[in-house]
Amino acid sequence: MTDGKRVLGPDDVRRATTRMAHEIIERNRGLDGVVLVGLQRGGVWLAESLGEEIGRIGQAVPVGSLDISLHRDDIGRRPVVPGSVSSLPCDVDGAIVVLVDDVLYTGRSVKAALDALNDYGRPSAVQLAVMVDRGHRELPIRPDFVGKNLPTSIIESVEVTVDGVVIIDPETTVDQ
Amino acid sequence: MSERVESVQPRGGTVLRGGTVIDVAGERRVDVRLVDGRIAETGDLPADGDAEVIDVTGLVVAPGFVDLHTHLREPGMTEAETIETGSRAAALGGYTAVVAMPNTDPTQDCVSVVEFVRSQGRSAGLCDVHPSGSITVGRAGEQLTPFAELASVGVHLFTDDGSGVQDDGLMRRALEYAGELGLVLAQHCEVSSMTTGAVMHEGECCSHLGLPGWPALAEELMVHRDIELVRLTGAPVHLLHLSTARSVALVRAAKADGLPVTAEATPHHISLTDERLGSFDPLFKVNPPLRTMADVEAVRDGLVDGTIDAIATDHAPHPPQAKERPLDAAPPGMLGLETAFGVARAHLDLELRELIGLMSWRPAAIAGLADRHGRPVEAGEPANLAVLDPDGRWTVDPGRLASRSTNTPFTDVPLVGRTRHTFLHGVAVVRDGVATR
Amino acid sequence: MMDTRRHLRGIGDLDRAALERLLDLTDHMAEVGRRANPKVPALRGRTMCNLFFEDSTRTRMSFDTAAKRLSADTMTLAVGSSSVNKGESLRDTVETLGAMGVDAFVVRHRSSGVPWRIAEWTEASVINAGDGWHQHPTQALLDLYTIRSERARRLGEDAGFEGLRVGVIGDIRHSRVARSLTEALGLLGAVVVHIGPRTLMPPTPLARSTDDLDGELEDLDVVYLLRMQNERMDAALIPSGEEYTRRFALDPQRAGRLGEHVLVMHPGPMNRGVEITVDPTTLPGAVVTTQVTNGIAARMAVLFDLLGGVETEVSA
Repeated sequence: MTDGKRVLGPDDVRRATTRMAHEIIERNRGLDGVVLVGLQRGGVWLAESLGEEIGRIGQAVPVGSLDISLHRDDIGRRPVVPGSVSSLPCDVDGAIVVLVDDVLYTGRSVKAALDALNDYGRPSAVQLAVMVDRGHRELPIRPDFVGKNLPTSIIESVEVTVDGVVIIDPETTVDQ
Repeated sequence: MSERVESVQPRGGTVLRGGTVIDVAGERRVDVRLVDGRIAETGDLPADGDAEVIDVTGLVVAPGFVDLHTHLREPGMTEAETIETGSRAAALGGYTAVVAMPNTDPTQDCVSVVEFVRSQGRSAGLCDVHPSGSITVGRAGEQLTPFAELASVGVHLFTDDGSGVQDDGLMRRALEYAGELGLVLAQHCEVSSMTTGAVMHEGECCSHLGLPGWPALAEELMVHRDIELVRLTGAPVHLLHLSTARSVALVRAAKADGLPVTAEATPHHISLTDERLGSFDPLFKVNPPLRTMADVEAVRDGLVDGTIDAIATDHAPHPPQAKERPLDAAPPGMLGLETAFGVARAHLDLELRELIGLMSWRPAAIAGLADRHGRPVEAGEPANLAVLDPDGRWTVDPGRLASRSTNTPFTDVPLVGRTRHTFLHGVAVVRDGVATR
Repeated sequence: MMDTRRHLRGIGDLDRAALERLLDLTDHMAEVGRRANPKVPALRGRTMCNLFFEDSTRTRMSFDTAAKRLSADTMTLAVGSSSVNKGESLRDTVETLGAMGVDAFVVRHRSSGVPWRIAEWTEASVINAGDGWHQHPTQALLDLYTIRSERARRLGEDAGFEGLRVGVIGDIRHSRVARSLTEALGLLGAVVVHIGPRTLMPPTPLARSTDDLDGELEDLDVVYLLRMQNERMDAALIPSGEEYTRRFALDPQRAGRLGEHVLVMHPGPMNRGVEITVDPTTLPGAVVTTQVTNGIAARMAVLFDLLGGVETEVSA
């Protein structure tokens, strides 16, 4: 892989996580019935980080993960590789589910996650937390909690890890 | 129509100029003049205004091939082949005579069916068709056919091919009876109680593919039995399509004992192995089945050292829909007439003269045709000749075969050697690789 | 043009990595099966056609359910076994159905090799649901998955296949289940021993064979019983059912000698009183119903693998 343009460092990511944890607690006073669900694969580490922060600041909330590969609307058009098996820590019926992902882009992953969630039960509310909102939405989907709004070109790609956020320029990558 | 097919020829006949003659006597560079169905003269023949001259420079002029084992499917299964289409395939393969197997419907077990086959062969006029007779009525293995009556209309070889004569006592009596008439019984060696439902050679490959196996022993037991019956009765036996190493060894020992045993092997048993069945393509299903490489090598050795007397095609046409059935339900059999020389030449390490002998004068002797076929290329002999391009490389296009069926297993096998012209009683029935009728 | 279709005609269509990928996918599918709504849209718009030339309600329903849980459309052609013998129409049937836009044929046939022939006559992927004595790869997959998940549950996460000792007992020669299972276990490094009378043992380099069940019993991690069919006695392959039962059945005495964590498996339907004379529900290691449940997940994994996408990595 080529080195891209680093727009956030590890400290930035940590600060953004803490801020989002505060916002989630504030929005859902008391945290009753709140469950964090990370989207496989990129959202899982962030859901876990948020869970730790929320537990440190307020009270522990259950954290799970959701594999959306069987719900995508682009199967057959793009390669699909399931991540780890979905694991929801509690009944989602009546729960407040905070979906967590690393990057919000077209919105199709979130749509697939909403569909998948539906198969487990009927949450009382679903909220969306993402580390980076890079724009270019193709569906009417909007995040509730955002680490960083990051304007990008449609040809660029964005990598988010605990170590930071990198924008990769396709000109310097080997692409088919 | 007589067996001698006449046609309009220049008075000086046809001269084959520039070729090499190979026959039982050896190899020599001579031209050959054919007049009125016979060889008129050989030697260095000068240009002659009144003869048709065919330039055969670089080619081999040989006695036409004789196939001991052809299924022409007529009467009864003409959707697979007719005597005409089969004869054309034979002529294109360089054959001037074929022995027609008796497993027609009705069976060639009586004079009327035998005469029908012979007359269809005459009207086609592409190849001498010599019907064999079955050993038992309807090939049912119970009652002997009228050997003497059938012999009186020219049947020399008797066989229940498709299955072997299972009853030991019956086979002994058949040999005793046929032996004194000077006839030859030909055996399809298969102990049927060991091959119930069998699809392919029994071995690791068959086990892996989950198919019922045809053990080598089922052939060898009958080879052994028949050799011992020959020892007892003194009557000759011809063993059809030998396929296993042990069968070859048994025949070798019998010959060393001086017994009147002859044997044949097919082109497919010297070129293909049981692993071909891994495709589950019924094109590779044949009876006896394709065996292991060790068997293939043993059969080749048998041909090279003279243990096996002849290459015979077991030409067995089946229509495409029959070969599209599941492997266990599809009928066994492969085409062979048009590819035999090319396959044999590619797979046997043999002098050309030895190979031609295996396909011409040696089978002619077994079939009782030695007075007409496989003759020396000399003045006065019948002009039944094949002109061969012995080193021409080619591959089979099943769609362009003369046979009515397309079930050749050799589409991806490189072949060496091909027939250029075939003369039947002096008439060019194949010219430049194309049948003339 | 290159043929980019993939098939699951036999275990030979897989290498070790592909087999492990299918087992991992089966994990996902098993999770889908545990949801309140056990259905995902993954194969919407794809069509699976059941071509069952041999009756098998259980296997057909398992494939059907698998396809429906993935939202694929299904067609079923159940051909009575009588018309199979003619066989002439096989190619026509496949070509006609193929023209209706089938993405995958699921083929069951009494003759070995039919899925290979069908693959030559269609543009669709071909999944073998059992051919003659030859292969039954989805059964092997569900068996492997059952072994993996049950051993993980009982022994902890590290229970792999390397060195696992599996005894397959009974009529190996006529068993497509045994052929596929033996091959698949070998790919994953397990050690297979075929146990039964020599008349029912095929020659194979993939397993050791023995007729000494009692000598092997205590060394096995998995006991896999095969169904013993009456027609084998008719063909004089064994003298009698009673003698078979005496020598090779899992009876209470033999069951008592099995190790604590030994799994007892059977592809079904079981011949009680023939290959097993002990009530399987009394055996702690019996996982026969789990096999059936896992069958749906394993078949979902195969369908998704063949029809759902491409096997390369991509970012979200």
